[in-house]
Amino acid sequence: MKLFAMILIGILASFVIWGTHDLPERGDPQSPANLGVSTYYIENAYIDSETPNMVTAVLADYRGFDTFGEAVVVVAAALSSLLILLRRRRREDGSEGGLFSEVDAQKAGPDPSTSPSGGAP
Amino acid sequence: MIGQLDFWLMLILVMFAILALEVRDLLAAVGVLTGFSFLMALLFAELGAPDVALTEAALGAGLTGVFLLLALVFVDRKSED
Amino acid sequence: MTSRFESIFLFVVARAMVPLIQVFAFYVITHGHYSPGGGFQGGVMLAASIILLRISLGEESYDRFPREAGIVIGGFGALAFALLGFASMAFGGNFLEYALAVPGMGAEELRYWGIFFAEVFIGFLVWGALVAIYDALESGGVE
Repeated sequence: MKLFAMILIGILASFVIWGTHDLPERGDPQSPANLGVSTYYIENAYIDSETPNMVTAVLADYRGFDTFGEAVVVVAAALSSLLILLRRRRREDGSEGGLFSEVDAQKAGPDPSTSPSGGAP
Repeated sequence: MIGQLDFWLMLILVMFAILALEVRDLLAAVGVLTGFSFLMALLFAELGAPDVALTEAALGAGLTGVFLLLALVFVDRKSED
Repeated sequence: MTSRFESIFLFVVARAMVPLIQVFAFYVITHGHYSPGGGFQGGVMLAASIILLRISLGEESYDRFPREAGIVIGGFGALAFALLGFASMAFGGNFLEYALAVPGMGAEELRYWGIFFAEVFIGFLVWGALVAIYDALESGGVE
């Protein structure tokens, strides 16, 4: 089974390497990627925004909306990891603890005042 | 000269990738993967993309390794595969 | 998490490294106009400095950087970035076009400062979000 997977990967890799022969040379000014809007950026990035680093001008100015979406994805990942890992039960008296209150309560061990079987027999 | 550097970097990169898959100890796998990211950053810098290289060095070689090590605390260290 | 490794070398070196990392991170964020770098890279470096504090100091680092602060800083960055985009819409431009009406500034200078503040907000966002992810993973989750 592992040999089969290796052979499959080898065939796929040879196809990919074969495909790279059709790609344009690195830094070719006539390649399709360099014929579109990128010449405008190279010529006008400093004139439009006084920013010598062209990459920053493209990232934060010309393509600001892309950067905004990219950044919101990071915050969404943080929010969802917090929501999945730190879910909280509603307490019996209806009060809300802090964000990490359940984790701290677990580390401190079972609390005798809130556990249902606690108290004097 | 630069083309030769490209060639050797990519060859070592493929070797690191295969090593990260094959090694049994997951701690060693994380280390090899961090080295892979560092070589990748070197390759990006050599190809003339310092912005991408800085991102790769900070994220790939820095934080991803820490997060994977943190996940390793909670799971078994030896790979079954 | 687990008990931290007690070592005076780790403690001292981490305490000495953290401010240096943070100064370099702020340099990377604010110098993104002239050199490689920008909000993402600098934010990752800031998050790395906080995570170094977490690893080396353990529970003690919660006094210096509370666990709740991560997502607050990240959310502030996202909100401020979005408001910066909507502010230029309020002045009649497109989203994030930096077409604000600030007196005494040309269009080029306005875009320069717009890029600067966008990078700063992205830095805050990435910093807070990555620290929040680390804290959520480190807590091990609630059963």
